[in-house]
Amino acid sequence: MPPGHFFHPTGRMRVRQEAAMDIAVDGLCKTFRSGSRLCCALHQIDLRIRAGEMVALLGSSGSGKSTLMRHLNGLALGDCGSVRIGGLDVQHRGRIHGDVRRVRAQVGMIFQQFNLVGRLSVATNVLAGMLHRLPLWRSLTMRFTRAERLAALDALDRVGLVEQAWQRASTLSGGQQQRAAIARTLVQKARLILGDEPIASLDPESAKRVMDDLAAINREDGTTVVVSLHQVDFALAYCPRTVALRAGRVVFDGPSIEITPEILREVYGGDAASQQRAVGSSRIVRPAHSPPAAAVAAV
Amino acid sequence: MNHQLPPFSWTNALWHAGFLLAFAALMAWAWHGARLDPLLLLTNAGNSYEFAQGFLKPNFHDWRAYVDEIAVTLHMALWGTVLAVVGAVPLGLLAAANIAPWWVRQPARRLLDALRAINEMVFALFFMVAVGLGPFAGTLALFVHTTGILGKLFSEVVESIDQRPVEGIRATGANRLEEIVYGVIPQVLPMWISYALYRFESNVRSASVVGMVGAGGIGYFLNESVRSYDYGATAVIMGLIVITVVAIDVVSAQVRKATL
Repeated sequence: MPPGHFFHPTGRMRVRQEAAMDIAVDGLCKTFRSGSRLCCALHQIDLRIRAGEMVALLGSSGSGKSTLMRHLNGLALGDCGSVRIGGLDVQHRGRIHGDVRRVRAQVGMIFQQFNLVGRLSVATNVLAGMLHRLPLWRSLTMRFTRAERLAALDALDRVGLVEQAWQRASTLSGGQQQRAAIARTLVQKARLILGDEPIASLDPESAKRVMDDLAAINREDGTTVVVSLHQVDFALAYCPRTVALRAGRVVFDGPSIEITPEILREVYGGDAASQQRAVGSSRIVRPAHSPPAAAVAAV
Repeated sequence: MNHQLPPFSWTNALWHAGFLLAFAALMAWAWHGARLDPLLLLTNAGNSYEFAQGFLKPNFHDWRAYVDEIAVTLHMALWGTVLAVVGAVPLGLLAAANIAPWWVRQPARRLLDALRAINEMVFALFFMVAVGLGPFAGTLALFVHTTGILGKLFSEVVESIDQRPVEGIRATGANRLEEIVYGVIPQVLPMWISYALYRFESNVRSASVVGMVGAGGIGYFLNESVRSYDYGATAVIMGLIVITVVAIDVVSAQVRKATL
């Protein structure tokens, strides 16, 4: 039960909302030690994401996007602060919650490198999404019922991969693997999908399909979606809200349509600008770091 | 284009020379320890000649008995290997750094070391005390020693896996055992099978040796024939062993191909 439940006039309301996969990050910080050098990856992150939102996490490499993402479902452990999802503790002051698997069961995660098990069939990879609700003797012996296998095929059908269901996952293209990973979150019945750079290793066409699938799941099922991206145009096109990180701090959090070239310069520009100054020429900022003209014009 | 080669480094050259000298010194020392004396092969050439003569007149008189014992040898190797795999899977997982914490890993590794440190011949002598002469003692000896070997090899394979698929399974809310069954085992299975097949082949060879101390198998006849100067019989027995090992190699290559 969240603190303040008995005193807050809308306490009941709040419980209901939190049960619907609100994300609450409070004062989360994380320091990495590489040799003798300390490197502050996350600096006092406070973040609220409400159920049903589709949020982009922007920032250049090393800004802390992936680190933050991995803290949300407890794959990584912070030094201080807390993460709660749907009213359940994920981690608190550098300690993972004992029952974190109950939270993870409701949180699907997709990864830059897809993280499928290449030697298992696509269908088995997808069925792995329901391990958390199977009795142990069935999950360890890989005994899935007919209904469960049909559910996996349904999920694969939704991402257009039902034909490939019985192939090994390693035989799929990158885009197909990512969509199979999305199907796994469907079978998992995830109420929240975390995408850790889900399209960073994909060609533009595959990237678009993956983002289309995520947007459809968000729209049709009301699943909360949080994706880290480094292509600004994808954030603008698919995510109503953007959270931008720079050097482990939130530097922008608001509607994506409010992103201006000035804000982007603040998010990405520092390095490029200082580089330009150092070179002393009017070199063009790397395209990956600048918003496409059309997208900004649309704003 | 002007290419720059790295400058000649005296330090590197000295390191190389030092390493070669140290290696040569080690080999010279070991030469004395191993009593290497190639001249003996020439001065005692008469013995070798007699041996070779016997080999050229193979003695097939007891071949049915030999084939029976080869079969026993295979049975010992099969059970010894399969039991060892059953023991090596949990021990190999517990000895892997990416699966078990140090206070589980270290005892598991030391146990595997101990099983490996003692040769199957020695284990065979122990088990003959426990269960008497015969193939059962030999099988137990193969089982125990092979568990030590396969456990170590299995754990090394587990340590070399890609962690990302395991993380993918973990992120779905699966527990540790499910992570292993879905994320780890599929990755390590081809190598595990490959190692198990190789150890089966090695165990056929070892099984023919433990017979020499009376723990069953073709080794008994091999020992007898050499000791009674019946080199013709020795030739037949050795030929049978070679044929068996080649056959196993051919079959296991096919199995391995099917499991990749």
